[in-house]
Amino acid sequence: MSIMKLTATTAVLAALTATSAAARDNVQVAGSSTVLPYASIVAEVFGENFDFPTPVVESGGSSAGLKRFCEGVGENTIDIANASRAIKSSEIEACAAAGVTDIIEVRIGYDGIVFASDINGNGFEFTPEDWYKALAAEVVVDGALVTNTVETWDQVNPAFPAQPIQAFIPGTKHGTREVFEEKVILAGCEESGAMEAIMGLNGGDEDAAEGTCMAIRTDGLSVDIDGDYTETLARIEADNNGIGVFGLAFYENNTDKLQVATMSDVVPTTESIAAGDYPVSRPLYFYIKAAHIGVVPGVKEFAEFFVSDDIAGPDGPLAEYGLVSDPELASVQATVADEVTMGSGS
Amino acid sequence: MTTSLLTTDARTKKRNAAEARFKAYGLGAIIVAMLALVILLTSVLGNGLSSFQQTFISLNVELPEDKLDKSGVRDISVMSKVTTIGYAPILRNALLATLEEQGIETDLSNKEISNMISKEAAATVRNRVLGSPDLVGQTVQFDVLASGRIDGFFKGRVTMESAALDGNTSPEALEIAQALADAGIMQTKFNWNFFVWPDASDQRPEAAGIGVAILGSLYMMLIVLCLALPIGVASSIYLEEFAPKNRWTDVIEVNISNLAAVPSIVFGILGLAIFINFMEFNQSSPLVGGLVLTLMTLPTIIISTRAALKSVPPSIRDAALGVGASKMQSVFHHVLPLAAPGILTGTIIGLAQALGETAPLLLIGMVAFVREYPAAFTPESGLFGEASTALPVQVYNWTQRADPGFVERASGAIITLLVFLLIMNAVAIYLRRRFERRW
Repeated sequence: MSIMKLTATTAVLAALTATSAAARDNVQVAGSSTVLPYASIVAEVFGENFDFPTPVVESGGSSAGLKRFCEGVGENTIDIANASRAIKSSEIEACAAAGVTDIIEVRIGYDGIVFASDINGNGFEFTPEDWYKALAAEVVVDGALVTNTVETWDQVNPAFPAQPIQAFIPGTKHGTREVFEEKVILAGCEESGAMEAIMGLNGGDEDAAEGTCMAIRTDGLSVDIDGDYTETLARIEADNNGIGVFGLAFYENNTDKLQVATMSDVVPTTESIAAGDYPVSRPLYFYIKAAHIGVVPGVKEFAEFFVSDDIAGPDGPLAEYGLVSDPELASVQATVADEVTMGSGS
Repeated sequence: MTTSLLTTDARTKKRNAAEARFKAYGLGAIIVAMLALVILLTSVLGNGLSSFQQTFISLNVELPEDKLDKSGVRDISVMSKVTTIGYAPILRNALLATLEEQGIETDLSNKEISNMISKEAAATVRNRVLGSPDLVGQTVQFDVLASGRIDGFFKGRVTMESAALDGNTSPEALEIAQALADAGIMQTKFNWNFFVWPDASDQRPEAAGIGVAILGSLYMMLIVLCLALPIGVASSIYLEEFAPKNRWTDVIEVNISNLAAVPSIVFGILGLAIFINFMEFNQSSPLVGGLVLTLMTLPTIIISTRAALKSVPPSIRDAALGVGASKMQSVFHHVLPLAAPGILTGTIIGLAQALGETAPLLLIGMVAFVREYPAAFTPESGLFGEASTALPVQVYNWTQRADPGFVERASGAIITLLVFLLIMNAVAIYLRRRFERRW
């Protein structure tokens, strides 16, 4: 009776499963989808050249990755969390509460955030001020806060063509959105003097003024993209007036479809970002669970390989893909080599 | 007074018109559905068929001893210190030598020449050299992958115009590629490796394959089959043949029907909480994926098995009982064999549904970059405990990649998945036609 056989198989399967202790020999990484391409490039070369198995790299976002990182110590938790922002103090506390006390912070380099539009459309030379004026929910006109009504780029800046404003910006779940708000919108708000005007109106409350500055209009001229850059690209291909926010690496792999806009007269390249000329960039990190070093094979070797000159240096494959190499790579390498945990000084 | 039956009155005309309209609506609905299917298939096939082809360069690679084995004693542990980064210039020199041999002149920089060869090629050469160290010092012929952009040129994805704007290739490089293809050194041929190779990083779309994903899906289907079929059939037999009909069995019945309609992501949340956090099974493992999909498939199997059992006429049971068979004998000797085609059909359709499922796998870590083939059993990680991905997850992964080469790969994986589903459904239809009995 085949049913009987199947039942027997099931019993064996269940027994085997029950006896097998969960243990693994591969490094497990999760986190930011911005860091994912870099981490998978390193994982691939690491697996090729070392005797350790290729690490498993998951995406899911910085916050989700750090949350899983902080679930505890043990083989069924991840070893390394990728993040496109620094870990928050609340996350460090959550980690500590679950027993993850020794965390090594590793900065792998910088990522540029660029503004790009369809290759056949108009080119733009932006300043943060332009973006603030185009996308702010409320602007100061004649000493009063009114709803932003500009609809074409020439209303923002007479030098621009009369192209309808249509921006595709990262959704609020992305770490990129924070950088966009702080380094573009808020900077534009301050540069244009709107910040002072708002503070004058609300009685000098700086936090509230920053909040007003960074509120993005919701009338459809600015669209939040919760998916990946591939979605932003598809939206721009469908609507030639669209201008999207991309990571530098994504733009560099799609230069035949997109043209990049300058920001404050600087063209975004790995060089201009490394030199600090291009204003919109942010550091990328990964975090190592120190307790897993020596327990899960290859954790430290992978981390050391990740930040080695061959990989993360200015001529390495990561820079080739679009990562802006960290000028202080040597000190990062030392951090990993000496397993310097956060909060342990130096 | 009475009109002839041959001349239609107003009311008949109205009814006939209504019928004609209804037929037209029906036909229209079919046409819309067919059009949608045709558009979907053309877009998938148009994008994806090229993923079964791949461009290779055949190079005579000189393997210099002073670069690859400075000690000269062919010690693997020493030779493995030379990483794939060290092998890249050797390949570039081989390509330059080939160009010179063919009389193709170029003023491309070293980097641009290197960019014509896939980054995977260095690993191919290194693995072969470490496999047989005696090759060092000789000139060996290798068929290595061309880079994604060069490959795209032969498939029509990259054109001279797009290359002029592209930072990763140039029209000059494409011209060289064309010259090499004319000389027969560069060839685009059928690519079995697509079905065998593991995933590759964003820099090597040309080397990405669905090997790990197929293996992971296979393991999961095995688990689903081994668990969901016996459990599902056993519970249906009990509910249908043995259980008393009372309020409790009604509650169970309603719950099973409800479970069948629960969004699949809910099973993923359950799997994360129970199998990973509580039972501490490995993340990303086919074991957890299989268990989650089992839970998801169970209601489907139970419902179709019960329907199959119900369709066996009571006279069969009565006859068996009448000649002295026990209840269990009547079920296992008579009812179950007659219901088997229906059960198998339900199981296969349940499996096909599980094969195409992505959402629950998102939560248990299977949406990952995995390059190691998962073993069915290892002493450390147990049965099906090694990290893996699955076919639909691989599609999801590839659609998010920056390099346009992955669009083709994703469509190729979709085609493979569709072929698997088609085969499974065809088997289900065949079994039903072949063994079904009507009363």
